[in-house]
Amino acid sequence: MSHDEVIKVEGLTKMFGDFAAVNAISFEVKKGEIFGFLGANGAGKTTAMKMLIGISHPSSGRATVAGFDVYTQAEDIKKNIGYMSQKFALYDDLTVKENINFFGGIYGLTRKRIKEKSEALIQELGLENVANQLVGALPLGWKQKLSFSVSLFHDPKIVFLDEPTGGVDPITRRQFWEMIYKAAHQGTTIFVTTHYMDEAEYCDRVSIMVNGKIEALDTPKKLKEQFQAESMNDVFLKLARG
Amino acid sequence: MLPIIFILPLLQLVILSNAATFEVKNIKFGYIDNDRSATSRALIEKFGASTYFNVLQAYPTQIRAGAAMLRGEVDVVMEIPQQFARDLQTEQHHTLGVTINAIDGAAAGVENVYISQIVQSYNQSIIIDLSQISDAQIQPVMIETIPLFWYNETLNYKTFMVPGILVLLVTMITLFLSGMNIVREKEIGTLEQINVTPIKKSQFIIGKLFPFWAIGMALLSIGLIIAKLIFNIPMLGSLLLLYLYTSIYILVVLGIGLFISNFTDTQQQAMFIAWFFMVIFILMSGLFTPIESMPKWAQLMTEFNPIKYYVEVMRMVMLKGSGFLDILPQLIKTLVYAILMNGLAVWSYKKTT
Repeated sequence: MSHDEVIKVEGLTKMFGDFAAVNAISFEVKKGEIFGFLGANGAGKTTAMKMLIGISHPSSGRATVAGFDVYTQAEDIKKNIGYMSQKFALYDDLTVKENINFFGGIYGLTRKRIKEKSEALIQELGLENVANQLVGALPLGWKQKLSFSVSLFHDPKIVFLDEPTGGVDPITRRQFWEMIYKAAHQGTTIFVTTHYMDEAEYCDRVSIMVNGKIEALDTPKKLKEQFQAESMNDVFLKLARG
Repeated sequence: MLPIIFILPLLQLVILSNAATFEVKNIKFGYIDNDRSATSRALIEKFGASTYFNVLQAYPTQIRAGAAMLRGEVDVVMEIPQQFARDLQTEQHHTLGVTINAIDGAAAGVENVYISQIVQSYNQSIIIDLSQISDAQIQPVMIETIPLFWYNETLNYKTFMVPGILVLLVTMITLFLSGMNIVREKEIGTLEQINVTPIKKSQFIIGKLFPFWAIGMALLSIGLIIAKLIFNIPMLGSLLLLYLYTSIYILVVLGIGLFISNFTDTQQQAMFIAWFFMVIFILMSGLFTPIESMPKWAQLMTEFNPIKYYVEVMRMVMLKGSGFLDILPQLIKTLVYAILMNGLAVWSYKKTT
C-alpha cells in the first residue's frame, strides 16, 4: 500500500449563521484506506462530507481531495470521486440498465465501455432478471448495492459513502462490506459514515465527530485501548456522551 | 404520465374553443306592451325573429319586470308606451324605454347595439309605410355603412379563439412541467447525486430543456391538426414560420420554468409561483381582452409577457397570413427573452451551495 494522502483536511469549518456545524476539523486519508467517519446524528458528518465532495462551500480552512482544492477545483474533484448519499439517489423511474448508462455517460465513459462494464456489473450483482425493470421496484438492499456499484462505475479514486447500509438487513450488510473490501483492495479509497459500530470495526481507521469536532482518530484497535473499551460501541458511547 | 400530458391539453382545446366565446346570444328578452296595437306587436315580433333574442314573456308592469330581472329571468326589458302606434303616425317620432341588465358591461353594450339595429330596421319599414300614406315627397335620408370583415369574414368566434387557446395549452404544459422538474429532483435527492458528477451546468439545463421542448412542439402539431379538422381554422401563413417562432417561444417558457424551479425548494412552492405568472400572463395577453383597452401601465407590463407575443404571432400567421418580416419584431423580442431566461436558468442553477 502506498502512503500518499488522497484527502487532506486542515481546519475545515462550516458555519450556518453563528452555529459551527463543522468546527475546524483536520485529518488525512491515505490511498486505498477504508476510513470510517463516525458521529451521532447532527454531529456534522454529512456537512463535512458535502464540503469534501464539492457541493458545499467551506466557511474556512483548507482541504484537498484527490489532489484538487475544494475551493477552486470542485469540478475536478467530482471527476475523481464517487458518491452514494443517505437517500437512494438513482432514478426510480429508469431501469437498472438505464441508470447505469445514464451515470456512465455523465462521467464521459464511451458507449462501448459502458456496455461491457454494465453487463459485467449486472452479472456480478445477480440482477440479470431485473436489468430492464424500473429501479423503483427493487428491494432496498438491491438498490443500495446497485447504488454503490454505480458510484464505483467510473473507477473513481475515492468513493464517499454516506450511511450506505441504513435500513438494510444483516446479510445484505455483510455482502455490502465485502463489496467495500473488494473495492479497497483494488486501490479505491473508501470514505464511509455509519451508525453501526460493528461496521466501524471493519475500517482501517476511524474518526469520531462530536458536536462538529473530531474527538478521536485512530485504528479501531488503538481507540479501544485508548478508551479502555471492549468494543467500538463503548468507545463511541464514552465519547458521544462526553 | 405521457398520455395525460397530451390528452388533457387537447381536451382543453376542444372544450374551451367551443365555450370561451364572447358572442352574446340567447338574450332573455321581456317586454311591457302598454300599447297593444298591430305596430307594437310587429316590433316585438322583430325581436322574436332575431337569432340573438329569446322573447320570453310579457310583463304587465315595470315592477313585475324589475322583479323578474332581479331573479335573473330576463336580461332586457323593453317598454312600449301607450298610444305608441298613434303617436308614431301623428308626431312621426317616439321613444322606447329599454332596461338592460349591465352587470356584464361588455355584454350590455353588445345587447344595446343589437336592440338599436332591430329598432332601426323596424324604423325604416315604418318610414316607408308612413311616407306612402302621407307626404310622398318626404324622402328618408339614410347613411348606410357596409362593413367588410377582413381575415375572419363570418365573424366566427372560434377562428379568433382557437389559435389563442392553442397558445395557452402549449404554454401551460411546458411551464408547469419545467417548473416542477428540477425542484422535484431536489425533493427526491437525485439532484444531489447529479451535483457530485462533473456534468456542466449548461449540459444539465439543455438536458432538462430538450424533452419539454419536444413535447411542446408535438403539442403544437396535434393542436394544429385539431384546429384544422374540428374547427376548420384557416392556416394562411407559413407553417414553417409558425414552427420557427414556436421553437424559440417554448425556450422562453422553459427558461422561466427552470428559473422558478431553481429558486424553490418544494414542488408546492414552484406550482404556486408558476400559477401566479400563468394567470397574469394569460389575462394580460390579449387572448380574452384587448391589450389596447388596458391602462397605459398595464400595456407597458404586457411588453414582458411572452404569451402576448405568441398570441399575436399565432393569429397573425394563421389568420392573416403574415410573413417573416411582419412578425420580425415579435421574433426578435422573443429571441432576446429566450436568451435572457435560459441564461438566468443556467446562472441560478448552483451545483455548490
